[in-house]
Amino acid sequence: MSKSFVELNNVRLRYSEGDELALETTNMKIGKGEFIAVVGPSGCGKSSLLKLVSGLMPPSEGNVIVDNKEVSGPLKIVGMAFQNPTLLPWRTTLDNVLLPMEIVKPHRNRLRKHRAEYEERARKLLASVGLQGHEDKYPWELSGGMQQRASLCRSLIHEPDLLMLDEPFGALDAFTREELWDILQNLWMVRPFTVILVTHDLREAAYLADTIYVMSKRPGKILVARDNTLPRPRDQETTFTQPFTDLVHELRSHIRDVRES
Amino acid sequence: MKKKFNFTKATPWLSAIGLFVLWELIVRIFNIPPYVLPTPSESIIVGWQFHEAIWMHAVHTLYTTLAGFAIAVVFGVVLGALVGSSRAIYDAANPLLVGFNSVPKVALVPVLVMWFGIGTVPAIITAFLISFFPIVVNVATGLATLEPELRDVLRSLGATRRDILVKVGFPRAMPYFFASLKVAITLAFVGSVISETVASNVGVGYLMLSASSKFNMPLVFAGLLVIAVMGIAMYEIFNVIERRSTKWANRGNQNT
Repeated sequence: MSKSFVELNNVRLRYSEGDELALETTNMKIGKGEFIAVVGPSGCGKSSLLKLVSGLMPPSEGNVIVDNKEVSGPLKIVGMAFQNPTLLPWRTTLDNVLLPMEIVKPHRNRLRKHRAEYEERARKLLASVGLQGHEDKYPWELSGGMQQRASLCRSLIHEPDLLMLDEPFGALDAFTREELWDILQNLWMVRPFTVILVTHDLREAAYLADTIYVMSKRPGKILVARDNTLPRPRDQETTFTQPFTDLVHELRSHIRDVRES
Repeated sequence: MKKKFNFTKATPWLSAIGLFVLWELIVRIFNIPPYVLPTPSESIIVGWQFHEAIWMHAVHTLYTTLAGFAIAVVFGVVLGALVGSSRAIYDAANPLLVGFNSVPKVALVPVLVMWFGIGTVPAIITAFLISFFPIVVNVATGLATLEPELRDVLRSLGATRRDILVKVGFPRAMPYFFASLKVAITLAFVGSVISETVASNVGVGYLMLSASSKFNMPLVFAGLLVIAVMGIAMYEIFNVIERRSTKWANRGNQNT
């Protein structure tokens, strides 16, 4: 993590001219292949942070640098997944996962000729998240957890260097959620990409991230950047160890301070 | 179970027959004279007597309606795509569209006659004018209600506006589009018949007008029945097309 892959320099954000700040002066440095989590009370501008980094929203002040270039428009190489899986209901799971290939260059020009090769790739990815045998089903035939897995696959099929996750497991039951933590961790350990995970689940942050940022109430501001050095791969057992619970407690007390301020 | 299923399938026929029986009974019991309200049996018999003339006029009305409807589909999809994919165009066009839609189209027929003369052309245009509005609104709604998250996913992959429209916008708008076709085709019949009634010498509308001027009420009602049957038939055709082409949107109804 010698060199940073994503940098936010004195970034401030207003939704429109004259509005109050949505994001107070923010500085961040994220290394290549680093997994960071942003936690904070709701409405604190966590999601805006994702939009700033991916270039979907320009900062009002300051600048965002990704891969040594200043961000001036949508980045084109980012994978994204949200709480809502947003799969297309008229496409099978396989075709949903292949959607980015129809858009991202150079794949979009190769897809038709090399269809079999791409399908193979998508099938492999789906199998790695436990969805083998469900490739030809439609999204509504899948459970919520399975839809979210497919959505993860869609965000990773084009091997992005940057993955943005906006509370991706927020709507799932506790067991499914923890299952998906492992799946995500495995994918990330096989091919480390840079991840920005927005969540309000402190255990999730502690389980997955290398660095955890705690944000304040609106206007959002980063209050704490906490390194998380728990050994990987983390598993169910990890969550019962003292260092893990201590970390969650510490984060919880930060959040409590934020809410009371 | 099997019997129940058959009953469900037969209900549309049963309700139609029931209506006719009720109508027949009311006319007979209250002894309503045929020049006020003919019985359905009488209308059907008279309709059969004049079936050659009715057929000719009906085919003409059908062509007129379909021509107007076809223009409405093309125009409606293009305008709907524009309105639905740009907030600015939406804001600019919406009041005009709503205002235009509020104008009774029968009031426009004399204007159209002034421009195009009596006959088929004003009927086609009236059918078009009356039926394009629901298509525009539905296509625009289908495009405009795209989930913002999905738009973000696509934009952060480098998708152009056109990509988003082709990959997600149009497929997503399809159920809205087909639903509007069912409404639009029945409205198109209203439009063409109105125009034929006011200014034409051919078509079911004209047939009914000339029949009523001769106090041949059974023939008027035969004409009405023919229009209703054509409307139902076209509606059903688009209903089937809708269900076949957008199965994914009707998934909730498969088990009921």
